[in-house]
Amino acid sequence: MSDLINIISGVLIISGALAIIVGLIGVFRMPDFFTRLHAASIVDTMGTMLILFGMMLYSGFNIVSVKLLLILIFILVTTPTAAHALAKSALHGGLKPMLDKDEKE
Amino acid sequence: MFEVATYMILFAMFLALVSAIIGKSVYDKILAVNILGTITVLFIALFGFLTERPEFLDIALVYALINFIATVAILKFFEYGDMGRSSHLNEDSDI
Amino acid sequence: MLDRNKFYHIASLFISLAILWLLLSGHYTPLLLSLGLLSIILVTLIALRMNLIAFEQPETFIQFIKYIPYGFWLLIEILKSNIDVCKRILNPNLPISPRWITIKSSQFSEFGKIIYANSITLTPGTISMDVDENRIEVHALSEVGVEGLATGDMDKRISEVEQKYV
Repeated sequence: MSDLINIISGVLIISGALAIIVGLIGVFRMPDFFTRLHAASIVDTMGTMLILFGMMLYSGFNIVSVKLLLILIFILVTTPTAAHALAKSALHGGLKPMLDKDEKE
Repeated sequence: MFEVATYMILFAMFLALVSAIIGKSVYDKILAVNILGTITVLFIALFGFLTERPEFLDIALVYALINFIATVAILKFFEYGDMGRSSHLNEDSDI
Repeated sequence: MLDRNKFYHIASLFISLAILWLLLSGHYTPLLLSLGLLSIILVTLIALRMNLIAFEQPETFIQFIKYIPYGFWLLIEILKSNIDVCKRILNPNLPISPRWITIKSSQFSEFGKIIYANSITLTPGTISMDVDENRIEVHALSEVGVEGLATGDMDKRISEVEQKYV
């Protein structure tokens, strides 16, 4: 039973690390700043969630997993705020988003 | 498995550092540093598990908070060239 | 001098700080507990003196509890859109079509609007760029994110939670 839980948490952690690398590949491939922000949010959500859930599963229910949950909540609350501040000040600083179709309604 | 994940995260940190160096605008560099901070939080937590010392999680928690404050502070500095400006004085200072 | 609303706000801050301290500490000896109580009182006094408590808003601690069921729904949405964006990144042709739309938000409180804008940003593929009285400007990576927002599902769910009374 505990072997199975260890295997599941290992799979979660490795796939989280893979998600982070995919997000960084996206940061390198995307053509402009605003699309790069989308790739960066993969690192902040998918990578963080998978790795911290995997570690929570590995440690079981004790004070360690509560601390991991707190780290997850802090990251999930603060990173959208940072991304929004970055997008707004980049727009303010004169970067124009590259648009496919201007669908301003 | 923690070893493999730690090496992968170290590689991701290297990629984030490269993208911070080659970033064209200031905002690209700030974005890369923000990603680097998030990955560092995960690295500290994983390293604590690797060496079986869960006290590292407290450091990771504090690092997560400092990372956010650092990003917003750098952005505010680039926007206004000043850190100590009060947000009550005018409308558009809430970045 | 200390009316009911102020008292509830200060009590909410005090209780949430106490829960945070108890979760993070892990040591429950009398000396450390009294030191923790001292630091919680100090932080509450500093927050009062710096006018950091928003008395005109509802209590933040209770608000967060209200949004927990919505959080689980949001996790599923985040996973779905993550997989979509990952596929687009790994596709050699890079099939992105960035666009800029304006959507309406029907929340009446500031807190509901914050939750809505943050949920949009948290979902990969869409980023809220500017928040106004009742509309949000969104930068989307592809038409999938636009379609997801155009149905107004997320907006409706947040408004429902907002009207719930705890």
